[in-house]
Amino acid sequence: MANIVELNDFNFENSIKDSELPLLVDFWAEWCGPCKMIAPILEEISTERKGQLKIAKLNVDTALMAARRYEVMSIPTLILFKDGQPVRRIVGAKSKSSLLRELDPDLS
Amino acid sequence: MKGSPYVTQHKEVVIVGSGPAGLTAAIYTARANLSPVVIEGEPSSTSDQPGGQLMLTTEIENFPGFIDGIMGPELMSNFRSQAERFGASYHTAKVTKIDLSNRPFQIWTSDSNSADPDYTAEAVIISTGARSLMLDLEEEVRLIGHGLSTCATCDGFFFRDLDIAVVGGGDSAMEEAIFLTKFAKSVTIIHRRKELRASKIMQDRAFANPKIHFQWNSVVTKLHGDTQLEGITLTDTTTNQESRLDIKGLFVAIGHVPNTDVFRGQITMDSNGYIVTHDGTHTNVDGVFACGDVQDHTYRQAITAAGSGCMAAIDVERWLEAKHHQAG
Repeated sequence: MANIVELNDFNFENSIKDSELPLLVDFWAEWCGPCKMIAPILEEISTERKGQLKIAKLNVDTALMAARRYEVMSIPTLILFKDGQPVRRIVGAKSKSSLLRELDPDLS
Repeated sequence: MKGSPYVTQHKEVVIVGSGPAGLTAAIYTARANLSPVVIEGEPSSTSDQPGGQLMLTTEIENFPGFIDGIMGPELMSNFRSQAERFGASYHTAKVTKIDLSNRPFQIWTSDSNSADPDYTAEAVIISTGARSLMLDLEEEVRLIGHGLSTCATCDGFFFRDLDIAVVGGGDSAMEEAIFLTKFAKSVTIIHRRKELRASKIMQDRAFANPKIHFQWNSVVTKLHGDTQLEGITLTDTTTNQESRLDIKGLFVAIGHVPNTDVFRGQITMDSNGYIVTHDGTHTNVDGVFACGDVQDHTYRQAITAAGSGCMAAIDVERWLEAKHHQAG
């Protein structure tokens, strides 16, 4: 958990703008079963891709504005931001290998 | 917990699938010291995932022993921990290839081209369950997660004060529609017949809900919207007349299909792909047993799946005992 930062409606925009590394935001909620399934996978990825990627979580229950702004209509949704811009969107829970297959091309 | 085993592991029992059936089989076989491994599937937002269909439900009111009900994912997490306590282990992967032609059976999980299987097993319990059918429309892939949803409990929240629809006439459709009225302005249930298939109690609840409307004798034939769902075309099943319904969300609950593709051609199935069992949970392949929704399209309840998982575990135990007896 230590590597993963919590975002909210107040710090969301600044966090994605200021991040030097590509920032992967996990839109999730307590009541979403598939979100819980991928939480441990994201922790593993944050450790294994340290230095290439930062991961943040955004609870849509408490930060609905950010979710609305990025038209999140389904969770889990993962959005990868580079230089403040969304470059990739992954909807739905996936296995670790398929997540990495989608993310790795955008990481250096 | 297992990552990916790079050498072949030999097991007395391998359980494929981790819903109520597979995990009950795991509890029983683990308690019988058979150290089962459960190949539990991969995370997904469909019901084809570790924990199975209950992972996408909210409150389970009819599982005996829980007077006030229990949340589906919590129930499955309890099943899982209970089996683990007795020595079951888990492998988070899907079976990519299986060879049931000789014993020990061979099972691959990652690279199906690899010469060596990940597991060899004396006995296999198949409990891969069933997954929800989709509409089979070409716009479907584009709009999943953008108004079209496979998981009401995950996505209902985003449809606050919007008009949405549920397709289907069974218990799952009623359950989803009722759940979705917590958020939505209105929920239209679209059903291809004039009567519902759902149980009396669920029908009564749906009919009594002022936010629920019904669109009878109708099928969804087109989805509209480029980046977000904006509406659907309905075709009347009696007149073939088309009409448009403007909705922002569509939830599909039109039935199930068994997760048996990987076993095709190796084991007897009925015409819909459900595994055929006899004498309890035996299949036509000696040493292969099946339990839960993968062999049951009639009852399809958590409790019946769990019950048949227990049966499969006992059948396996007796079968292994008889085999060891013969060998000794």
